[in-house]
Amino acid sequence: MKLELGYIKISDIQLSNESKVENGVLYVNPEDIINLIKEDENIATVAVDVARPGESVRITPVKDVIEPRVKVEGPGSIFPGVIGKVNRVGEGRTHVLKGAAVVTTGRIVGFQEGIIDMSGEGAKYTPFSQTMNLVVTCEPVDGLRPHEHEKAIRFAGLKTAVFLGELGRNVEPDEVETFETLNVKEGIEKYPNLPRVAYVQMLQSQGLMHDTYVYGVDAKRTLSTIIMPTEVMDGAILSGNCVSSCDKNTTYHHLNNPVIADLFKAHGKTLNFAGMIITNENVYLADKERSSDWAAKLCQYLGVDGAIVSQEGFGNPDTDLIMNAKKIETVGVKTVIITDEYAGRDGKSQSLADADPLANAVVTGGNANMVIHLPKMDKVIGHINFVDTIAGGFDGSLHEDGTIEAELQIITGATNELGFNKLSAR
Amino acid sequence: MGKIKVVHYVNQFFAGIGGEEKADQTPFKQDGTMPIGAQIEKAMQAINADVEIVGTVVCGDSYFNENLETAKAAVLDMIKSYEPDLFIAGPAFNAGRYGVACGTITTEVQEVLGIPVLTGMYKENPGADMYKNKVYVVPTKDSAAGARDAIKKMAPLAVKLATGAEIEASCVDNYMPNGIRKNFFETKRGSERAVEMMIKKLAGKEFVTEFPMPDFDRVDPNPAVKDMAHARVALVTSGGVVPKGNPDHIESSSASKYGEYSIAEFDDLTSETHETAHGGYDPVYCNQDSDRVLPVDVMREFEKAGRIGKLHEYFYTTTGNGTAVLNAVAFAKEFSQKLVAAGVDAVVLTST
Repeated sequence: MKLELGYIKISDIQLSNESKVENGVLYVNPEDIINLIKEDENIATVAVDVARPGESVRITPVKDVIEPRVKVEGPGSIFPGVIGKVNRVGEGRTHVLKGAAVVTTGRIVGFQEGIIDMSGEGAKYTPFSQTMNLVVTCEPVDGLRPHEHEKAIRFAGLKTAVFLGELGRNVEPDEVETFETLNVKEGIEKYPNLPRVAYVQMLQSQGLMHDTYVYGVDAKRTLSTIIMPTEVMDGAILSGNCVSSCDKNTTYHHLNNPVIADLFKAHGKTLNFAGMIITNENVYLADKERSSDWAAKLCQYLGVDGAIVSQEGFGNPDTDLIMNAKKIETVGVKTVIITDEYAGRDGKSQSLADADPLANAVVTGGNANMVIHLPKMDKVIGHINFVDTIAGGFDGSLHEDGTIEAELQIITGATNELGFNKLSAR
Repeated sequence: MGKIKVVHYVNQFFAGIGGEEKADQTPFKQDGTMPIGAQIEKAMQAINADVEIVGTVVCGDSYFNENLETAKAAVLDMIKSYEPDLFIAGPAFNAGRYGVACGTITTEVQEVLGIPVLTGMYKENPGADMYKNKVYVVPTKDSAAGARDAIKKMAPLAVKLATGAEIEASCVDNYMPNGIRKNFFETKRGSERAVEMMIKKLAGKEFVTEFPMPDFDRVDPNPAVKDMAHARVALVTSGGVVPKGNPDHIESSSASKYGEYSIAEFDDLTSETHETAHGGYDPVYCNQDSDRVLPVDVMREFEKAGRIGKLHEYFYTTTGNGTAVLNAVAFAKEFSQKLVAAGVDAVVLTST
């Protein structure tokens, strides 16, 4: 299966009276976005802002971050089974508005969270301080129940991203990159001497604000299965979660999964990227046992030599992570796991909620309990008054002068467990 | 800050007195440096010119270890006499008794004189495991042939310590991991590091895990309660159930406190009276009916039916989400005492 990604480099976003992409600038007519989102009767108000790298802007609470993409050749469309029809994606050609992102915010759903600072100390930790962000603030109608509220905001972001992606359909990309996954037999024949490596992606599926969707299916109702890495690039996996946002994968992360990218880079040189397995992180023990059994079984069936396992979240999913590592090692497949740590503000506590000697190769995205100090920002998009109660915040986190003292876990994507960042810990 | 005054500690060998046969050398001090100290001083001065090793304290390895208390006191007095800003011992390489002496005396100086200290030794030196979590220990090669490399690592850390600069992660500032996890920025992103680690692991080459698996503190369950019908049972939860409004502002993640609340008045928790403060799971169902996490209703039924003696008046609660284990241990140590003092026989501990 072969997919070309055409990158249209976006250097700025401008609000305008016409939505278009021209000379690397994404022009957006706010009315287009407002009308689109208000098709959903559950959304009462919509506001559109732009946040650029280096500006004194804070976005909070962040629901999702999404990269605009459009399918220009091949079957299916972006976000299959959700926005697009359920047809299989991952082949042909897709255009990407590289450097642009849609960020959704609005009133809280339970503990909805995440901060993106476009400058200052916080900007160092979130990758979305480096993207041109079209920020959509959505407020629900009164009385909307939490699950419907979450869905409404999730769809608002996805629809906006698809609308913007469509503007790049007929634009000539600045750069084209090709990704191809051979079938098992072809791969072995082509690279007989290279070690075969699978990628096992664990998907957050603990419930409201901790959900992931695959072709529109709630991941907690799935069995571990095989997916093509190029399907992921077309939006086959998307985020419904944002709680403890430091180590949750936004939809942007899924579309740009760095493990997939770096395995493709090594593919044909030092290893053979043999395939990708997705497995969930449900809260019930029986589900954990079943899903990790199946992840190990699929690794064994593919006959790979190694598997890179990425976690999403912490605490409860640490048990899924260790089960996966242990069981995959036990069937004779070597593992490297990617996680992050909750070692306490002083760094002295044990970092994971579970451990096993077989998990002897660990990459860490850093200690999320580390305390950081964020300066006041001139402009806040969203609602600043949730800072004390969101994960990473505590009573008194938000100071009167607009500065914030909180744990790193308050920052969207700060300790990402796909290995998206350079932050680590020792 | 004026000149940084440093005192250095070496054994009989590095003082040029002799080898094993002179290991019973009693402690003495000498102004200025011994040869290896001069190299350390020079390396520190290359980073910060205003550093001087003002004195060297010498003690034989056998004497120190066989006369621990007297040697420790004598050496400490000699160090103190120079009023140093920083104390360095060794490096001891793989000399076991020297390593233990370096660890012992640096720990003592840090505790008693309250100044920064530094030592260095080979990772398999018994002093390393004994002291690496107490003082900064720079890993060195296993013999004095590695002196140049050791000094290259020790000098910058020594200057940082002396000037009060922030000490970064162990792999950045070159000390042995000391149980304190510190964040830093790698040069490559995590996914790339994972792929590289995988290639090494598959090739059977040496790789370094970024997080060595810890030894877990496993708690054996107590023996079963024989007479439940007369037992006082308490409810404890890490599921974040709190009285509506979360009066003590228990955090949604990384709790710094626990709550103690009376349930004497309740036969049933409702959305009017209780909710969860926990940010780590879907709160909708607990907010509708907190008995789902803290089963007061069922316990009352058991109480009425005589299946338990009494439901304890207070429940203890915190948020398990992202909460440091050391915090959780501290909470439990405290409220366990209260439970014991109140004559509680058994606890139903619910998690989420």
